[in-house]
Amino acid sequence: MSLVFAGACSHAPGITGRAQLADVSLKDPLHAQMRRLGESMREARPDALIVIAAEHFANFFMNNMPAYAIGMADHYEGPIEDPAWLGIEKTRVPGNAALSQRIIKSVMNDVDVAFAEEWKFDHGIMVPLHFLTPAFDLPVIPVNINCQGPPLTPLARAWAFGEALRRACDAMPERIALVGSGGISHWPATPDSGKINEPWDREFLARWQRNDRAALLDYTDEATYHDAGQGGFEIRTFISVAAAARGPGHVRFYAPIPIFSVGCTVGTMGIA
Amino acid sequence: MSLYGTQKFLFHLNRDAGVQKRYRDDLAALLEDYDLVDEEREAILAGDIGKLYVLGANGQLLMHFAALLGMPWADYIEAMREGVRRHGPVRAGIYAMTTAMDEKVAGI
Repeated sequence: MSLVFAGACSHAPGITGRAQLADVSLKDPLHAQMRRLGESMREARPDALIVIAAEHFANFFMNNMPAYAIGMADHYEGPIEDPAWLGIEKTRVPGNAALSQRIIKSVMNDVDVAFAEEWKFDHGIMVPLHFLTPAFDLPVIPVNINCQGPPLTPLARAWAFGEALRRACDAMPERIALVGSGGISHWPATPDSGKINEPWDREFLARWQRNDRAALLDYTDEATYHDAGQGGFEIRTFISVAAAARGPGHVRFYAPIPIFSVGCTVGTMGIA
Repeated sequence: MSLYGTQKFLFHLNRDAGVQKRYRDDLAALLEDYDLVDEEREAILAGDIGKLYVLGANGQLLMHFAALLGMPWADYIEAMREGVRRHGPVRAGIYAMTTAMDEKVAGI
């Protein structure tokens, strides 16, 4: 049928793993909005969910690092992390290899994407799924953009990748939901963990809400690293969602939550 | 400097239950599979998160290793600070420390 839903949310492992350390007046609304994002998605009656993630060396390493990868399996496993540490039990998540294959073939007309018949989810996908599909009952098609091991794909290519995903979704008979997951400014997994550049985040989200291609692509990795940390490289996931959805974004929730190491964000995007 | 070998070891350890078993059973034998210098091997054997952080191990790889070691969040953050205190600034990669030693941005 087409793309029937587009959204974005944070995936920081602390959101589930360190929930008990957070201020409940911030944590509870965030969790509620993430669950609501899942309800909105299910109201669109999707047959499958594409998650555009920025994984953290759960599958892809510097021996053979794809800029873009799409999963092509009938099931996936996750999380790779210690379940007690992440606050999410190990589980099997359904996929749809046949649908993946058709999407990949379509995307390949525009972007040379890698495919993977084996894929273990880390917090980058498991934390969103924990809220979006708590029963892990919706087939998921994982997508990864390398935001960890430079050299990284240029932002303009992340846009082109989103456009290619949109063309692919529109060519499928299935109803497909798309959710991107990344951090905005953050310095995770360093002693700076908890540092958040709120003005930078709000400016980026304003550009995302306008779905302003030129403004969204007007960042260099050097400036992003300086202003938004190495975690800021994950804006690529937001950019791909914007290119795929084409409509204006709506940020439903944003709050810097230092113990979660990121400005926690939940948003939807109009499909135009 | 064989940072690539250190990171490859962490990559395998974090995602592979078989490697985790070998880690518990005979870590020294496991490490023979990786191209490491003595400084790296010693840091891994000691579970020295701070030293591995300073050597430039990717923060995401290291965070999962710290979780595997059962380190509480505050101890893990402090271990990285202690690494910088003892060994100086991070030597490679994109996970440098930019805050002051006593800044504690997340309150820990």
